[in-house]
Amino acid sequence: MSEIIKMIEAEARERRNAFPDFQPGDTINVHVKIREGTKERIQQFQGTVIQRRNSGSAGETFTVRKVSNGVGVERIFPIASPSIEKIERIRQGMVRRARLFYLRGRMGKAARIKEKKA
Amino acid sequence: MSGIIGKKIGMTSVYGADGQNVVCTVIEAGPCVVTQVKQEETDGYGAIQLGFGEKKEKNTTKPLLGHFRKANTTPKRKLVEFKGFTKDLNLGDTITLGEVFAEGEFLDVVGTSKGKGFQGVVKRHGFSGVGGQTHGQHNRARHPGSIGACSFPARVFKGTRMAGRMGGNRVTVQNLRVVRLMPEQNLVLVSGSIPGAKNSFVILEK
Repeated sequence: MSEIIKMIEAEARERRNAFPDFQPGDTINVHVKIREGTKERIQQFQGTVIQRRNSGSAGETFTVRKVSNGVGVERIFPIASPSIEKIERIRQGMVRRARLFYLRGRMGKAARIKEKKA
Repeated sequence: MSGIIGKKIGMTSVYGADGQNVVCTVIEAGPCVVTQVKQEETDGYGAIQLGFGEKKEKNTTKPLLGHFRKANTTPKRKLVEFKGFTKDLNLGDTITLGEVFAEGEFLDVVGTSKGKGFQGVVKRHGFSGVGGQTHGQHNRARHPGSIGACSFPARVFKGTRMAGRMGGNRVTVQNLRVVRLMPEQNLVLVSGSIPGAKNSFVILEK
């Protein structure tokens, strides 16, 4: 990649590096800034990371899945987005693949992920 | 139409003030040197000729070398004429990005599109092809079909769209917003894509 583009993307890179390291299978809590009219508030989205795309680039995104009232909800976040206030890693999961799409077909007990031992 | 000459660097995306992710192209533009001032009396029209990009002296023809020497500058690779500079400009003056554009403004970008070589009608003109593999089709899924009627007019009309060389044309993209301007580094980020390959010359017009 050209040095010039690297320089422009440096800001996004910095924002990404400020977050803790997390991987697919981990349970994380994303604090998202939401603007309603002129007011700004923080919303939390807690769930399992099922994939990280384009990691290493400034355009990296990650998908978080949770089951809310029996309905599966997935949100894709650009990691460099200024609307992400904070990311907390709550639990480290033990998984054997990078894309956990198999979780979509599972509910309840079957959708559990083993915890990684430190 | 005032403007400046630049070089396409590549594409990236940045976040705007409202948190929106804007896809943009990075262009390195200017500083350009005024290599000729055309006047109504001598040339029949008024314009400013700008030069951009360094070139080796040994690769420059002698007539052009004289042209650059007149403006008291080194040989330039790209020369483009612009009309409508409001400022009075003299031979040898330099124009930088910040003098021509401001952040938030809209501009047009002219470039040479990437050459695609000899292409069929589906890619070149957007024909939909035959549309099926069955009903007697054998090997003509991407063919143009009929190119005209029979004994009248007994010829193919001029301009009928057919396969041929594609790309490598002069293409203008209008109304691109200046997302970010970095005059110190001679860089400008415009929204969206622009024609041409990386490191190709582009003309930024106001």
